[in-house]
Amino acid sequence: MTKDEKYSIAKWAMEHAVQNGAQQARVSIYNNNSSQIEVRDEKIDKLQESNRNSMQINLYVNNKYSSISTNRITNREELGKFIKEAIAGTRYLAEDEFRTLPDPERYYKGGGPDLKSVDPHFKSVDPQQKVKDAFDLEKEVLGSDERIISVSTSYSDGMSGSVMVASNGFEGDTENTYYSLRASVSVTDGEARPQGSWYESSIFSDQLVRKDIGKKALKRALDRLGQEKIASGKMPMIVENKMAGRALQPLISALNGYSIQQKQSFLIGMKGEKIGSGLMTIADDPFIVSGRGSRLFDSEGMATEKRAVIENGILKTYYIDTYYGKKLEMEATTGNTTNLVFKPGEKNLEGLLADIDRGILVTGFNGGNNNGATGDFSYGIEGFLVEKGKLIKPVAEMNITGNFKQLWNELIAVGNDVDPSRSWRLPSLVFDNVDFSGI
Amino acid sequence: MILDRRNFIKTGGTAVAGTMVLPPLLKSCQNIQISPFVKSYLDHFEVTPEMLQKVIAEAMSKGGDYADLFFEHTISNSLGLEDGKVNSAHSNVDYGVGIRVLKGDQTGFAYTESTNLQDMLKVAKTAANIANDPVTFKQSALIEKTIPNYYKVSQKWENSTIEEKIPFVQKVNDRLYELDEKVTKARVFQRDESSYVMFYSSEGLLTYDYRPMATLGVVCVMEKDGEIENDYSARSMRMGFEFLDDSVVEELAQEAVKKTNFLFGAGKPKAGELPVVLGAGGSGILLHEAMGHPFEADFNRKGESIFSDKMGKSIAKDFINIVEDGTMENNRGAINIDDEGNDVKKVYLVKDGVLESYLHDRISANYYGVDPTGNGRRQSFRHVPLPRMRITYMENGPHTTDDIISSIDYGVYVDNFTNGQVKIGAGDFTFFVKSGTLIENGKLTQPIKDINIIGNGPQALADITMAAGDYQTATGTWTCGKGGQSVPVGMGLPTVLVKKLTVGGTSA
Repeated sequence: MTKDEKYSIAKWAMEHAVQNGAQQARVSIYNNNSSQIEVRDEKIDKLQESNRNSMQINLYVNNKYSSISTNRITNREELGKFIKEAIAGTRYLAEDEFRTLPDPERYYKGGGPDLKSVDPHFKSVDPQQKVKDAFDLEKEVLGSDERIISVSTSYSDGMSGSVMVASNGFEGDTENTYYSLRASVSVTDGEARPQGSWYESSIFSDQLVRKDIGKKALKRALDRLGQEKIASGKMPMIVENKMAGRALQPLISALNGYSIQQKQSFLIGMKGEKIGSGLMTIADDPFIVSGRGSRLFDSEGMATEKRAVIENGILKTYYIDTYYGKKLEMEATTGNTTNLVFKPGEKNLEGLLADIDRGILVTGFNGGNNNGATGDFSYGIEGFLVEKGKLIKPVAEMNITGNFKQLWNELIAVGNDVDPSRSWRLPSLVFDNVDFSGI
Repeated sequence: MILDRRNFIKTGGTAVAGTMVLPPLLKSCQNIQISPFVKSYLDHFEVTPEMLQKVIAEAMSKGGDYADLFFEHTISNSLGLEDGKVNSAHSNVDYGVGIRVLKGDQTGFAYTESTNLQDMLKVAKTAANIANDPVTFKQSALIEKTIPNYYKVSQKWENSTIEEKIPFVQKVNDRLYELDEKVTKARVFQRDESSYVMFYSSEGLLTYDYRPMATLGVVCVMEKDGEIENDYSARSMRMGFEFLDDSVVEELAQEAVKKTNFLFGAGKPKAGELPVVLGAGGSGILLHEAMGHPFEADFNRKGESIFSDKMGKSIAKDFINIVEDGTMENNRGAINIDDEGNDVKKVYLVKDGVLESYLHDRISANYYGVDPTGNGRRQSFRHVPLPRMRITYMENGPHTTDDIISSIDYGVYVDNFTNGQVKIGAGDFTFFVKSGTLIENGKLTQPIKDINIIGNGPQALADITMAAGDYQTATGTWTCGKGGQSVPVGMGLPTVLVKKLTVGGTSA
């Protein structure tokens, strides 16, 4: 389906809703084309292709709200009936005066910069090259170490697009591409078979890192040999950059309008207050060229803005969409994060480790959860014991337990190793006085 | 059950959704004997046996060993209550067919969201590419398979109205506020799903299933002396509208208030290795993570599981029997037939402490030269089948709960969980304890909350030193994720003691 065809169906559905009793309606059409090639034992293990379409319609009927979605979007007779029935069903719900489309003043109205989120060559990538990429990763490691039990590698790519129209005057569309390569290696370690994996991804085929992915996966598996738990205790925790999102995600959830209004946030009433150490500065920047989270408008169509989220430990903003903004009597900001950019420090990971007398470098999480209302958390971890700046041995089967309000106040060092291939651009982080449980 | 097309295309604005318009067509089936049951499914998907055979022939045209078609039409509806009112609804319709071709243990897969012959032939051609020795495929005779019914439904969701559902959602909320004045927020949701699937393979097997699912859940928020706590309770069954009644509403409201109240003043245990008593029911998460996943045969076929060399070996005390079953009546994890057309069996994974079986899909059963166990499951027509759990449980043991608790000097009793995870190769598994109770000097003492527990699968299984006779099946909304696919599952356990696991907590 072309973009014009999508706009045409979306507008038709929107008008159909308005003509049949909805005061407001928003219609989005999403499509996603992807392919995946998995390789093991020098053969293609799995070849998958996916072409997915869906339509979502938000209906606002006499101060009542419902949404419907379907992947059967080309038959207008069927779609029209679905919309009419949904409007009829919506009338049975209770009124909710806070449900409306956003203020049109807030909509993105075009003219934004080109964020370069699409590879113009997406459709011309040679399928044989995709297969070769996956086999090349396998070749990097196959037979290179007698402890290897299993190697799985994969290539995947995808293109996704959306168009959105709203009855109070919004029209917008998005398009994104991605390519990624991944390797997982299992090695023998007595009874255990630890696994290591690595991946790289990019918006552009010609910028995708293709080298050393297999080797890095193998190294991460071999690094786990002999892993064991150590005695429980309070120690500094260094979180590797790729894992830092796990420490930040519950805090971002706590800034969400839903969490605040439903009293499931440990950061209620904290705007303008100190919620972390002075080393904590995070900006939300939607306009980074080719940033993985870059966007000109949010999921409601509101124009995005660059925002300070946390500055030197002081909370500057919440993530509040139109609905919870009205409920909370606060101005809507946006319900979505874009690129979260953590202000980097001076040192790389080795430099951070050099300052540690005794602590644990966390390179992976294993389960766990947190209590959104209180900030309490407990997670399984694996990583390395660090002494006098050196990695002493791999540790696993341990938990960290604490509270996020304290944890972020104990942030004592920030690395310079931000990973730009992700939408959350986080460096390695060092927290003091973390409770580890082991033996 | 014959699919009633009139019900299917019912109109009138009584459900937010639940329908699909089908054009009035139907080619007659030539020369092929089929029952009215399967005919109603063929009609529903607007296909004929001849079309299925054409698509299979295309899928097999490059020399595949086997191919199958998985048709699905799923209608789901949900209602949400927030701030005291049932004020949101959502409906989703999903429709399509997944086409899979196998060559040895290699898989080619593609799907289309239409059941138009040309669209199906196109994706069959894509999936066929896993093989590359063009051959002419010889059709197998069509064999219709009738299936048992493990989820009897009195009133299908398509025949129930939004008006009928709303009062139950409202009542959960109202009961919460009546039960405890500390309740300050409640969010209630009700979901129902009706999924129609039809399966046809290159072996000629034609079968079908109707899979209902009903869920009612609540998040309860309470405030006491400036402290805020919340907890979640839910029930989920493969049932129709009869699932919603006053007793499920009352049970859920009582449980949510009780669980949330329990959290006030709860503390943390000492960090480190402790004896862990798992209460009957939801503690089945231990089996699911520590043993269920590592027993899935795809991981073992690839040598990636810590249990890869353990078949036929003693891996637990001799009173331990672990079962994987898809036939438990109306259970969330029950299926009448797996997503590869195989019968659903009750399988002993561990019998008298000895590892007896893995969980198989078609690929792994062929690899190991065993019969399929009926564990080939997929999230939807967009996904390939994988060996997946259905309902995983441990049978009763010889001890009593009192024996177990009184045997412990310092440990934890846990019975309320949110989530778990496992690293298949290293064997390390975890589960998050929302609440539990400290055990001191053989007695249950202080409440504890929000701690993760981590252990190693084979070690934990060997360390189950006691099991009581109070087996319970879990009733919550357990959903299992693997390889990017989610499927509903069930679990159960009697009270058991694991001699030692690493418990999150505070250091001395």
